[in-house]
Amino acid sequence: MTTMTTGERPLPGPLRIGLSRAWLEVREFTRHWESVAFTFALPALILLLFGTIFDGATGTEIPAADFYLPGLIAMGLMSVSFQNLAIAITLERDNGTLRRLRGTPMPPSAYFVGKTALVFVLALGQVAVLLAIAVGVYGADLPAGPKAWATMAWVFVLGTIACSLLGIAFSSLARSAKSASAIVIVPFLALQFTSGVFVPLMVLPDWLVNVASLFPLKWMAQGMRAAFYPAEAAALEPGGSWDLTTAGAVLGVWCVVGLALTLATFRWKTGKDG
Amino acid sequence: METEHRGPVVEVRGLRKEYGGRPAVDGLDLTIARGEVFALLGPNGAGKSTTTEILTGFRTRDAGTVRVLGADPGQATRRWRSRVGVVWQNETEVPQLTVSAVVRHFAGYYPRSRDMDEVLALTGLAERSDALVAALSGGQRRRLDVALGIVGRPEVLFLDEPTTGFDPGARRDFWRMVRGLAEDGTTIVLTTHYLEEAEALADRVCVITEGRIRSEGTPASLGGRSRARTVVTWLDENGERRDVRTDEPTRVVRDLMETHTGEIPGLTVHRPTLEETYLGLIGADTPTTEPTEVPA
Repeated sequence: MTTMTTGERPLPGPLRIGLSRAWLEVREFTRHWESVAFTFALPALILLLFGTIFDGATGTEIPAADFYLPGLIAMGLMSVSFQNLAIAITLERDNGTLRRLRGTPMPPSAYFVGKTALVFVLALGQVAVLLAIAVGVYGADLPAGPKAWATMAWVFVLGTIACSLLGIAFSSLARSAKSASAIVIVPFLALQFTSGVFVPLMVLPDWLVNVASLFPLKWMAQGMRAAFYPAEAAALEPGGSWDLTTAGAVLGVWCVVGLALTLATFRWKTGKDG
Repeated sequence: METEHRGPVVEVRGLRKEYGGRPAVDGLDLTIARGEVFALLGPNGAGKSTTTEILTGFRTRDAGTVRVLGADPGQATRRWRSRVGVVWQNETEVPQLTVSAVVRHFAGYYPRSRDMDEVLALTGLAERSDALVAALSGGQRRRLDVALGIVGRPEVLFLDEPTTGFDPGARRDFWRMVRGLAEDGTTIVLTTHYLEEAEALADRVCVITEGRIRSEGTPASLGGRSRARTVVTWLDENGERRDVRTDEPTRVVRDLMETHTGEIPGLTVHRPTLEETYLGLIGADTPTTEPTEVPA
């Protein structure tokens, strides 16, 4: 297929089809978004509850909403990327969506362009909802200065990409859509409790922090704290600093590992399809 | 170059596929010409769907050569996929949007897609174009599957058991639609376990059971039906049923008339129907050992 016969129209490019898929994914999401609403609303609900329950009881000078906001943003990003993709793709493999696509000339990359776009739309929505609640309801502080916003931006992008790729790779683990939720939510929940989202890292045993440090969520939460917390709060971290270099490195490595796993494991068909 | 291919649309020689040591397709040969409506007819589990999956590049084969539009489906390119339409037996999910939004989206995958109004008219969905996919009836949902199968203007369309679960009216509408596509020049490869479907649609039928071809031909000539022996039965003087299979039923009846005065008791002259031929071919109805013609 190196030469093109005269009169043969070129196939539509992967980017064009990818953008068309992105538009389709977003419209479809808004049509039956109640199925994903739980995923989307959980961090917001926790922020609302914790902001009141732990008012003046965080053990720091930081108000409760400010205290939990960075970790909940990290959790929200992981939920719209990792949890959402792992479950949605397993379902699409199960219900024949992928099979139908495989029978068309859609380039595989276009499918991932569409998913990536959807995840970024959801991620932006997630952050917007959390910021609106934190600032609007509890008067929390936004990141102070362009440097803090920049930190938030790169942690947002790198963390979302790493978790998206892991989610796609994870979708190949589940045998069926029925088992996908359990396979995805259990490790995610374990990471939430060990990565400093709900419980400060200072109170966790060292070995547990070391295990959690192998995964992206700990570094996403830490990076978000670096963006939102006052500089002196770095003393609350186990290492006594934000350690953003390591955060960037770990998230970068997970992007590469996630991509490799995705390419190695992605299947268009279910096991029984052969 | 695939595009310049002018030979048969489908060419299969010695196709074999096993699942766990059990052959699903066991030495299949097929040749399907351009513009033909070809039916693979057989009971459930005969290997029809496996064959379709191999021909559309969804399944690997264990042995044999396969050419669809001049190329090996096992090495399907995007260009090749743009020229092949598939409608699967199992329901495959479509995006939960309106009919027209879904058709328009899929049209964007192809280099020379059909106009959306044309697709909706061909599939009888014009009046449902603004309906949500979830609101379609079963038959309309299947039509949408076909709409997505033909939106890219495929040269060959594979329909795997397309009317399973249809009521008779919906089935007739569906047949009309398939005829329309065939008149439009699309080669159609259909699998079905409905005999009347093969008879109504196909130029040529291939009966397969246990992964092997039992008979191939036009619906009228299937299984040697046009040449099949006619059965003449009557009751003899003891009131017992006698029968004779013959190529010359008229002569047999004339002979009987000579040995009977007046009416021949219980006389019937029966030529096998397509259904009997088919059931005989797939072994569902074991024909009694054929008595050679003996004068009564």
